[in-house]
Formats: sequence, C-alpha cells, structure tokens
Amino acid sequence: MARLVIDPVTRIEGHLRCEAVVSNGKVKDAYSSCTMWRGIEVIMKGRDPREAWVFVQRLCGVCTTVHAIASVRAVEDALKIKVPRNADLIRNLIMGNQCVQDHVIHFYHLHALDWVDVVSALKADPAKTSELAKSISSWPNNSVTYFKAVQDKLKAFVERGQLGIFSNGYWGHPAYKLPPEANLLAVAHYLEALDWQKEVIKMMAILGAKNPHPQTFLVGGMAIPIDPESQNAINAGTIAALNKYADMGIEFVEKVYIPDLLAVASFYKDWTKYGGNSNFLACGEYPEANGKLWLPAGVIKNKNLKEVYPVDHKKIMEYITRSYYTYSKGEKAGLHPWDGETTPNYTGPKPPYEYLNVDGKYSWGKAPRYEELPMEVGPLARVLVAYASGHKEIKEVTDMVMKKLGIGADALFSTLGRTAARGIITLVTAYKIKDFINELATNIKNGDLKIANTEKWDPKTWPAEAKGMGWHDAPRGALSHYIVIKNKKIENYQMVVPSTWNLSPRDHKGVRGPVEEALVGTPVADSKQPLELLRTIHSFDPCMACGMHIVEVREE
Amino acid sequence: MEKETIYEGLVRRGVSRRDFLKFCATTAAVLGLSSSYVPKIAEAMEKKEKPVVVWLHFQDCTGCSESVLRATKPTIGQIVLDVVSLEYHETIMAAAGHQAEKSLHDAIHKYKGKYLVVVEGAIPTKDGGLYCCIGGRSALDILKEVAKDAAAIIAIGTCATYGGIPAAKPNPTGAVGVRDIIKDKPVINLPGCPLNVENFTATVVYFLTFGKLPKTDNLGRPLFAHGILIHDNCERRGHFDTGEFAKSWGDKEHRLGWCLYELGCKGPFAYHNCPTIRWNDGTSWPVMAGHPCVACSEPKFWDDYAPFYFADSGSRDSFFAKATKIGLGAIAVAGLTKRENK
Repeated sequence: MARLVIDPVTRIEGHLRCEAVVSNGKVKDAYSSCTMWRGIEVIMKGRDPREAWVFVQRLCGVCTTVHAIASVRAVEDALKIKVPRNADLIRNLIMGNQCVQDHVIHFYHLHALDWVDVVSALKADPAKTSELAKSISSWPNNSVTYFKAVQDKLKAFVERGQLGIFSNGYWGHPAYKLPPEANLLAVAHYLEALDWQKEVIKMMAILGAKNPHPQTFLVGGMAIPIDPESQNAINAGTIAALNKYADMGIEFVEKVYIPDLLAVASFYKDWTKYGGNSNFLACGEYPEANGKLWLPAGVIKNKNLKEVYPVDHKKIMEYITRSYYTYSKGEKAGLHPWDGETTPNYTGPKPPYEYLNVDGKYSWGKAPRYEELPMEVGPLARVLVAYASGHKEIKEVTDMVMKKLGIGADALFSTLGRTAARGIITLVTAYKIKDFINELATNIKNGDLKIANTEKWDPKTWPAEAKGMGWHDAPRGALSHYIVIKNKKIENYQMVVPSTWNLSPRDHKGVRGPVEEALVGTPVADSKQPLELLRTIHSFDPCMACGMHIVEVREE
Repeated sequence: MEKETIYEGLVRRGVSRRDFLKFCATTAAVLGLSSSYVPKIAEAMEKKEKPVVVWLHFQDCTGCSESVLRATKPTIGQIVLDVVSLEYHETIMAAAGHQAEKSLHDAIHKYKGKYLVVVEGAIPTKDGGLYCCIGGRSALDILKEVAKDAAAIIAIGTCATYGGIPAAKPNPTGAVGVRDIIKDKPVINLPGCPLNVENFTATVVYFLTFGKLPKTDNLGRPLFAHGILIHDNCERRGHFDTGEFAKSWGDKEHRLGWCLYELGCKGPFAYHNCPTIRWNDGTSWPVMAGHPCVACSEPKFWDDYAPFYFADSGSRDSFFAKATKIGLGAIAVAGLTKRENK
C-alpha cells in the first residue's frame, strides 16, 4: 500500500497537509492535518471585547468579514444588545457580497483546475467554443474572435516557456474529461472572473471601507453612517452604486458561473459517486425584518432529508485525542467551547519530516462533534437543510440543477453535489441582495437613519460577568464564536470554524473527520499525480488559516 | 526564446499604448514622483525583462494575497501573466504537493541571484519553528533557503514586516518579521493589514525602473507610501483643526463627516498613504466610511494602539498621555500639542 502525501495542498487558504493510504487504485484511508498555529485566542485574553472583531477578523483574509460578524454577534449576545435593522441590513449586504464573490473565486481560481486542463485548451477550435458558449448562455463575450484571442494569449504564454502559476500542473492527466473547446471556455472565464471579482467586491469596499478586512463593524451596529442629505454617509448615490454591484453579481453568476458549472458538471457525473458525507449542520443566515433567518438552521443526520433537527450550540463538544493539545480532564474528554482549553502538546515529528505519525496526534486542528457526530458544514449543508426544510428559492434552483444534470437528491451527497451546492447558494444569494438594498432604501426614505445601538457602548453599563455566542453561516460553513467577559475584559474567547469541522482529524472514538471520510474510496489513477484527491479536498474549499490557526484557550 | 518585457506582455494581452502610459503615470503618482518620471518608468517597462517572483506564505491569513488580487492598475491577470513571472504562490498555483515544491526549487536554482521573494505572514521561531511547516519543513528553514540566492525581499503586510497579529502579546509562537531573520539581503517592508496593492505594484515598478529598492524610513518602509502621517493627508483634517468632532456612532456630526479623533482614530500616529490612494481602486478607506483608523501599518499596533476605541475615558488628554508614554510619532505629538495650545 502506498502512502501518498500532498503537502502543501495548494489553491486553498493556508497550510494543509493530506496523507492518504492508497491500495488497488483507491484511497483506503486518509488523514488531514493542519500544519500551522498562531494562538490567536491566547492573544485575545484581557482585551476590550468591543475590539475583538478587529483582531479575530485577521484569522483569515480570504473569508474576510466572517469572523468580524461572528465576533460582534457574540459580544452583542453577551451584553444583550439588539442592533438596529439598518445595521443588520448593511451586514447582510456585506455577507452576501462576500458569499457571491468568494464562491466565484473558489470555482474558477481554486477549484476549476481540478476539472479543466489548461493545456488542452490550446487544441480547441475557437469556432466550436463559440458555439458551445452561445448554446449555454447569452453572456456577450462569446464570439469566435474573442475565444481565438484568448487562445492566442495562452499560446504565447506557453510558448514563452514560463508557465508561472500553471507550471507543473497535472496537465494531460487521464481524469480530465472536458473536450478542448470546453477547456478553452473555462480558461476564458477564469480570466474574466479575475477581472470581475475585484469590481463586484466594491459593494463591500463602499460599506466596509476596504476589502479585504473591512473596517466598519461595531459592537451594537455599524460605523458607516446613513444620511441622504450628507456627502459623508450612505446616501442616494450609495444606493445606486450598491445596485450597480448587485446587478454585476447577478449577471455574472446567472450567465457565466451557473452555465459553466452545469456544463463542466455534465462531463463529471461519476463524481456523484465519490466524496460524500452523512451528517450536516447549517446555522442559518441573513436576519429578516420579521426576526427570522432567510436561510434556515438545522441538522441532518444519516443523509435523511425527511427530518431536520434544530441546532443547539450546547451540543457541540471538541476533542483533542488526535490533536496537538492536552486537556486537564484527560485525552478522551470533550469540552464545550465556553469551557474550552488549549494547552499545546506537539508530539509530531521534528521538521524536516517525511510522514506524520498518524497513529497518534497529527493535527493542530481539534475535532468538533455535534452529539458526538462529525458534521459537514458549508454550501452543501446549507442547501440540504434548506431543501429539506422546503425553502422556496433553494428548492427551485436545486430542482433546476438536478433536472439539468439528470440526477436525483441522493446524488447531492458527493463531491459534485458539494460543488453544485456552492453554485446554488451563490445564485439565490445574488438575487437576495437586491431585496436587502431595497429594504435599506425604504428605511432611509422613511427617515430611519439609525446604524448603531450605543446604549451599552460604555463598559460601565456592563454586568461584572457575561458570556455569549455568535453564529454566522459563512461561505465555508457554520461558524461560531464564544466569549466570556469578566470585569469589562475578555476572559475567554473561542471559535469553532467551518474548516475546523470539515478538516477535523479523528476524534476520541477514532471516527474520521468529514474530509477524511469523503476521501475514502476516491479512485487514484496515478499516485504521483493525485488529481482526484484534490477534487474532493477542494470541493470543501478548505480554509486553514481559519480552521487551524485557531484554538480555544483558557489559561488557568 | 528570450524572455519578453513587461510592455510586450501587456501588448500581447491587448493593453493599449494609451492604457500602458496611464499605468505608468499612476505608478509615478503613487511613488510621489513628478510627471517627468513617466517616460523613465515607461522605458523601463519596455526594456526590462519580467522579474521572477517567488511568493512564500507563512503565519498569514492570505489577506495580503487577496488584496493583490484586487489590483486594478494593472489588474491581477496582468500582474500574474505579464508584469512578473510568478513561479510559486500556494494560493493560486495549479501544482500541489511535490510538484509545487518542484516549482519552487526549479525557480530558485534557475534564477539564482535574480529572483524577488515576496513574504506574506510572520515566521514563528519558538520551539525550533514547528508552528508553521510546509512540505514537512519549517517556515524558518524555507525562508533561509529561499532568501539565500534572492536579489531582494519584499515583506508584505504587518505580519511579514513586524510579526503582526501572531506577534501580539503574548506572542505564543515567537513570531517575528523577515528582517529579524534575514540580515544579509535587501528587505523592504510594505506593512498594512492587509497591504495595499497599489504600494506593492509601485515597489515592483520602482525596482524595475531604478534598479534598486525605494528609499525607506527607519522602519524599512518606503517613503513614498509611509512618509506622511494619515492625519496630515486626511480629508477630515479641517474638522480636527477647528475642533469639530463626531461623539457617537450615527450622531449628526458623525453623519456629516466630522473628525473621528474622539471615537478613537489613530490617524495622528500612523504613517500611511491611505487617504490619498484609498482602497479597492480608490473606492474608500476607513475614515471615509466613518470608522477610526487603527494604525495598521505601524509595528506592534495590536498592542501599542489598542484599545482602539479609548476604553478609559475617550478624552484627548488620555490619548495624548499615552502617545507621549510610548514615545511614538514626534510629528503627531507636535500636531497635538499645537492643537491643545490653541
């Protein structure tokens, strides 16, 4: 049996290592390990809870905003602050914009090269690519001349012999199935998406001051003022600009991302057989005016779409049996994040090393479990929970996607299902953003300019002790932050992050984490070129800075 | 085949001569150079080969890479395909695992002594550096190996320059910046959380145009980006000078765009060109959007400038006392004194 190592796993955020045992052309077992730790929770201790979001947002610059949102919500929960509706709307717009932009980047720049052979695009007939493009979308860049120009640029680039970021890819690998024409289409859109992402994100730059790492969040609301009569606040011009970027998002997702996703997926339907999981958790997102969440929260167990369980954060426990930590209550103990501990205990090999000791501790990531079960979080969890809950928009788009691909709901429990779910979420979110803009405009029209609830801004108004938690269903999945405040300062700060769930190592019972489980059974044509493993790993959109730089710390 | 020049690359990608000159002019502006330098920059772009760049990620959040992805002048597509030859970058490269490591090693051998290294993220030094490993090797080892034959190093973001957030107290992993490790190579610091891509592009262009790294302050930061206080270029400076301050989030003064000093703005202590170049293609920057500056381009800002919202009293006196105590920003203090004496 061959032990296959991928380190670094590229086209993700952060530092991930994957070791897999391959036998008879299939993955028999897999281990995911995060290889970096910063100890941010240790750093949070003793600081002002109102600025926690500025710090923890730096967990990740790819999932920028998400930790800021979860953080202000956790503090607001602890101090019992209700934020004004306008603040929720501005946050919804920032979150929605992040979701749309981030998922498109994932599809084209982090995931596409697992399915698209760039070198094969050189052999394409641009006329056929043009025909293909016209048959799937009304996107205007679809002429023969256009695709010929893209191909010429690519040719010149390859002929120069400096492939740069494309060098040493698995080009020509037998698992690539797209015809050259489709590859050329995807390469053209890879480049277009690069240009689009920097524009569409200007919605966040307007509302958040900058991207990455926007800087207008506040405990109690938002710091960006609203005043239709001021040039230094959200005014009618701002609303017009927000609509412009919202439309730009809808157009690209509708006419480029979704058609490409369906076109590519139709060549890879065998990937509905690999990469699945059984248990899913979504925490719900986008507060509506009626106090409910637009996308529902819920837990699905054993792939059973007939029953959706409510989510209760008190059922989350974290284990460190196979992680580089110790617990005062012993190696097998599980701790809720409010009682979390982090005492680093690196027992891995001394660098430089060839293999991890996968029989012992092997990751800086902890193993979070919900009622002792590993949970997949992220777009697929979000879609499955919403679909099973009868959510109108999700159901419509999911049914459309399944119909076009000729697959049933069972096929969603797979690598391809996960990649398709990301597209589904992106489309419904791109549309929903318009509703939030309209509601904000209506509020302004009605004279509601409130952006922050400042009743509890002064720490003198706080109780001696308080604790709270904040959920956010981030692009990569359910995220939760936990804070304990004592004497106006942070006593304990903890985060259970999407990639901590998905990339978790084995737990106290030896049960694999979701990515590890999903990899088992994956075919491997050439163990020196493990393209197939990357497909499944990337379908989770791992974010290691989030998942692994994070540990729950309580210094006794 | 000979390597093409940057200009040839841009032409090949359909960039017009007019747009090319506009790019040169913008770069000159960011660098604080007069328009007479535009032809010199253009000439360099036309004649110089694309520099080979190796990009290392250590204790980072990839926010600086994301910031570079938002580049508009030129766009990221142009930077990656035309302006530089990017041989190694974990976030966007096609190759993974052994193939990725091969790309790195090929580049540093083939372009020995000529390549630029970009470092993103801090380097943990505690316990032999085991807190960040890539391909089974520590960040510390990788940095030393790659830096050895580099022409120069560009440290981007406050983590790679000064340790950043991993180095915030109590610095659990012994995180440091590049200059703390590499002493025998030119290292330029481009701090910011994240770095502003305009300053990255301008530094690369400066290097190509003048054949050296730009002049820096005593913290290794280029003067063209970090030579002036935010406060001195701030569009709200007039309100500060006339004593017009926003007092609360969303109050009338806040809505009108008055000075954010009393809400915690650290602009009087931070040297950065945020107010002039702004972010995301000039869309906005924190003060413009109503939130105080947190001095993200200053070393140890996570400790020296927190609490960001004046937790104690919110008075200028306490801020002034704090500033004097930590001895930062002589000019800023002079400015404040002037203000206090008014």
